[in-house]
Amino acid sequence: MTAVPSMPPTPVPPSPTGAAPGGGPDRAGSPGRRRRSGVNWWLTALMVVCSLTVLVPLYFTVVTALKSPEDLGGAGFAPPTDPRWANFADAWRLTDFPHAALNSALITVGAVLLTLLTNSMVAYAIARNMHRRMFRWLYYYFVSALFVPFPIIMLPVVKQTAWLNLDNQLGLIFLYVVYGLAFNIFVYVGYLRSVPRELEEAALTDGAGIWTTFWRIVFPLLAPMNATVGILTCLWAWNDFLLPLVILSSPDAQTLPLVQYVFQGQFDTNYTVAFASYLMALSPLVVVYLLAQRWVISGVMRGSVK
Amino acid sequence: MAVRTAHPPDTVAARRPRRVRRRRRVPAAFYAMVLPAFLLFFVFHTVPVLQGVFYSFTNYAGYGEWDFVGLDNYAAMLLDDRIRASYLFTFRFAIVATILVNVLALAIALGLHARIRFRTTLRAVFFLPNVLAVLVVGYIFKYLFGTSLPALGESLGIDALSTSILADPELAWLGVVVLGVWQATAFAVILYLAGLQTIPGDLYEAAAIDGAGRWRQFRSITFPLIAAFFTINMVLSLKNFLMVFDHVVALTEGGPGTSTESVSMVIYRGGFQGGEFAYQTANAVAYFVVIVVVSVLQLRVLRRREVSL
Repeated sequence: MTAVPSMPPTPVPPSPTGAAPGGGPDRAGSPGRRRRSGVNWWLTALMVVCSLTVLVPLYFTVVTALKSPEDLGGAGFAPPTDPRWANFADAWRLTDFPHAALNSALITVGAVLLTLLTNSMVAYAIARNMHRRMFRWLYYYFVSALFVPFPIIMLPVVKQTAWLNLDNQLGLIFLYVVYGLAFNIFVYVGYLRSVPRELEEAALTDGAGIWTTFWRIVFPLLAPMNATVGILTCLWAWNDFLLPLVILSSPDAQTLPLVQYVFQGQFDTNYTVAFASYLMALSPLVVVYLLAQRWVISGVMRGSVK
Repeated sequence: MAVRTAHPPDTVAARRPRRVRRRRRVPAAFYAMVLPAFLLFFVFHTVPVLQGVFYSFTNYAGYGEWDFVGLDNYAAMLLDDRIRASYLFTFRFAIVATILVNVLALAIALGLHARIRFRTTLRAVFFLPNVLAVLVVGYIFKYLFGTSLPALGESLGIDALSTSILADPELAWLGVVVLGVWQATAFAVILYLAGLQTIPGDLYEAAAIDGAGRWRQFRSITFPLIAAFFTINMVLSLKNFLMVFDHVVALTEGGPGTSTESVSMVIYRGGFQGGEFAYQTANAVAYFVVIVVVSVLQLRVLRRREVSL
């Protein structure tokens, strides 16, 4: 994330193609192609073939998860002769799936909510006081954490969370909120500086306090950034492996990626059940993504431009 | 106290002429907004950083007594074959993966930006790997590399494919590269797409009228104008790949032997399981310096070639 300071400071309006892909007018034009020419079918075919690199491993996972151990021979791309749904039941039981999924969900939801609430607030206070030396320093202090790689704090922070009795889900939530701060402050402040202050000033003149102004005016204005920060935090907290691995001490607190790790060690040879388990670990976010993908992609894109 | 002395005349005076000059006091609400986050950040980030640097000058094993040993840890690192090997693997992996990710992502982004059918669907498909946990995807790739590809190679009679590359100390790192590239390309594609949309279409029309071919248009318009996005992608990818951990745990666990042990992994293993707390913290501090230096150099070089409209 060190690269972020190199981004152009001026905001670029959200693109029409991001919000309404495919349909809208092609504002940006297509490199090297005439504007009014029709669909480029050769390129379409090429892109479809390329997309197989993504789809084939996923297809492979699905068919393997549905096979019986006897079915599992050769390269494994053939569909199962008789889909064995019991694999999922076995995986569900062996990994105590509901428990791990609940932990992951709890940590993710907690991290996302707390991140959105606190980080936007900090960014607002900093962005509106940048002319004051103390807040400017605070900004650089937070953003400089972009350069600190996790391993340098990994060992001390594990000792510290254990000492504070935070080697559990709550501690993880705190850590995601704190470690996301550097990047989030950076994007929030960049965005806030491009937002005109008239609304806020009008509210303040009308007698609204700073808190009211923040909740009623600023926080809603931050919606696009909230989407970006929320999505990135969600992906990170749900998929993260290293932080839960080192922080969580009780097996009760294990998250979905951790359970797969443990599962891998214990049932090394039971591939079909293992694949059912992998599929179950991957599917919640895939389902969410499929339902919200336009929104996810345009959200992430907006975050990258600002 | 710092608050009172803050007076950059250009910004303050220009924005709120009179009021600010009279009331310099910051409303308490602003302090209340930053204070909790500041405390949490200080406790969970700054303190561990300082502790890490402090421990790196001791011989602390993670428990029991310890003494100051000065720069001994750092000196010992230079002679440590395992650490040297991990740096070699990590850099080789990170450089190759960074280049591949950016070449592929740029190509895919150009394709997705062009006039093709199913653009929305394709875009969704290409972004999909980014929402999947690397660790779990790694297990799937492990099976593909270890069982499926050899079986495929055998049935097709290709000798090179018929053994698992993950079992070959010379080739195992390529498996990690494939997984890393597969997963990381998605995000880079999104960034490049965002960049491509900032280029006005009339530039291409003008270039076409001037007789510029597609390759020339790419070289003279597209690439220079998305240079900022190229920079961010290169620096982000390299930095993230230098921290590689999940990929290695899932695919090879550092093996065969120690041929795919990344620096993060050595720090984790030595620090938690090997009783080398202080030593590996020194390794982490050194690695921090390396990453900062690499990132800053990379930024400098890449930014020099950036242009803007």
